Amino acid sequence: MRRWTTPVLQGLVLAGAALLIAVLPRFTSEFRLGQFTYVGIYFVALLGLNILTGYSGQITLGHAAFMAIGGYTAALLILGRSGFELLGQQASHVLPEHGMRAIFTIPIAGLVTGVIGCLFGIPALRLAGVSLALATLAVAVSLPAIAKRFEHLTGGGGGLSLPLPHAPFGWHLSTPHWLYYEAWVCAGILFVVAWLLVRGRVGRAWRAIRDGEVAAVSSGVSPAVYKTLAFGIAAAYAGVAGALFAIQVSYINPDTFPVTLSLLLLASVVIGGLASLSGVIVGAFVLEFLPIYAQSPPLVHLHFAKQAGPVVFGVTLMLIVLLIPGGAASLLGRVTRPVRAWASR
Amino acid sequence: MALPLAFTWTEFGQQVTSGLASGAIYASLALALVLIYQTTNVVNFAQGEMATFTTYVAWTMMHHGLSYWPAFVLTLLIAFGGGVTVERVLIRPVEHRPEIVIVILTIGLFIAINGLVGWVFGPEVKAFDSPFPNRSVVLGGVSISVQDIGTFGVCLGTVVALWLFFRLTTLGLAMRAVAFNPDASRLMGVRVGWMLALGWGFAAVLGAIAGMMAAPTVFLDPDMMLVVLIYAFAAAVLGGIDSPVGAVVGGLLIGVVINLLGAYVNFVGQELRLPTALAVLLIVLVIRPSGLFGRVVVRKV
Repeated sequence: MRRWTTPVLQGLVLAGAALLIAVLPRFTSEFRLGQFTYVGIYFVALLGLNILTGYSGQITLGHAAFMAIGGYTAALLILGRSGFELLGQQASHVLPEHGMRAIFTIPIAGLVTGVIGCLFGIPALRLAGVSLALATLAVAVSLPAIAKRFEHLTGGGGGLSLPLPHAPFGWHLSTPHWLYYEAWVCAGILFVVAWLLVRGRVGRAWRAIRDGEVAAVSSGVSPAVYKTLAFGIAAAYAGVAGALFAIQVSYINPDTFPVTLSLLLLASVVIGGLASLSGVIVGAFVLEFLPIYAQSPPLVHLHFAKQAGPVVFGVTLMLIVLLIPGGAASLLGRVTRPVRAWASR
Repeated sequence: MALPLAFTWTEFGQQVTSGLASGAIYASLALALVLIYQTTNVVNFAQGEMATFTTYVAWTMMHHGLSYWPAFVLTLLIAFGGGVTVERVLIRPVEHRPEIVIVILTIGLFIAINGLVGWVFGPEVKAFDSPFPNRSVVLGGVSISVQDIGTFGVCLGTVVALWLFFRLTTLGLAMRAVAFNPDASRLMGVRVGWMLALGWGFAAVLGAIAGMMAAPTVFLDPDMMLVVLIYAFAAAVLGGIDSPVGAVVGGLLIGVVINLLGAYVNFVGQELRLPTALAVLLIVLVIRPSGLFGRVVVRKV
């Protein structure tokens, strides 16, 4: 039996986090605010990745490729054919004539990428473990080449510059503040969606398939449906993150979402903790700040160069896998155990 | 965009031979992947990065005045030691954990080595000397560069040497036994753990050769083996991920077919070679997961 204290405690923690996110811009510089915006964007991408890898047990090394699809969808919708031609290139006729407001492109990017993710999920059904990792890695490696090849749709290697974003509807917010709230409102909504999915019937089905496909089938769970669904949802999350990213930097090119980002995303999910939503926030902070801190004091005095970030990342990942399989979330769980024990007493 | 060439048999022969040369490089790396897959049952995603690192080691030795072949041999020894160390230190502790854990560990190794190479040697592209003279020989109207012949010879020579080792020596027999049935080999007194480590060592040697052979044409940079690794994956999957013969045949096939498609199919051109390999990979995985030469695995429930 769960006592009423557990949901109340969870609600308090969430409300506290939301409040902290809401008031943070008052206490921080615009530069820092930009970094926290990236944390929000990575948070969205990692939520999707953790649904796919942590909950449904399918590994992907191509998450950044889905971010790229979302980013390009948003960029093309923002520019429209007229904006595209202003960049001095001939535009494909599939584009709408006029551009859209940036904020409306975010859900569309999520939907488009989600549909593409479902389509990719169907051949992926026949693959598991290593083969799936291979196929997704190959997608991630090839996507920049494909983007460069189809210039009429992507602007080729030169990329697409977007108009500088600003707060819509006449709201009085500076651009960094607006982008920060945009990212974190998306993150908040998608966190709630993920939480509802994971704790309900769908989440149970995913975990059942992950822990034993045969047993899941015998219990009436269709792996094909739920695995494809996981791919679609993960891709939709990546699409939203990619759109947010493209809007944040107001530029996109084939190398905006490199293969290494796919690998670092997977690493961050594992560092935060597979199959843990609270671990995702740790992962997002690690992904944004670990490379930055790897080149600042005291580490910089050890003559760490810019490339030291990935080394620290890779070593951290290996240490976590070897020593703390549950990731940061399991450490967090150990620290908060007395409180949770009290709440569910 | 690459213009399609007017078709002549000499041109075709040249495309095939240069495809065979790059195919031999893919075959070496694919064989490295298969070696590890056979024994440890895991695909080593860091294989290409390990190769990149050893190639940089070779470059450093030559930069400090060592001539090519001594540096080559020393690099192979270092690669072997490195491979064995990686197995002992990183893979052994997670041997019995789920496949996904080992995959993630090799990805950690990938990220770390990729970063390390950029950090230690710098991100700028470096030229890597070729041991072969820069000229061509004409064979039946087809001019073949000595570089290509040398690459093909070194890669295939290593493969044959390795094959002889596995067929003719007791150690090779023990390693094959471990790949076939680790439990039974342990009962027969084979040191299974060390055989696995040796497998990683040999795989690293093959990777090092692939790296040093690829470097003169693709130049040295931290990401040089990423594309080669994808081709090698495609080759290993095409041949059957548990078949050494399949890896070599698959590698040569991928090298030739991709080269011909790039030269003669306008749509593919230079840019879409890699996505074409991806398409091959996906089609094989979906239609015939055991590849051309692989064992068909029947999953019992």
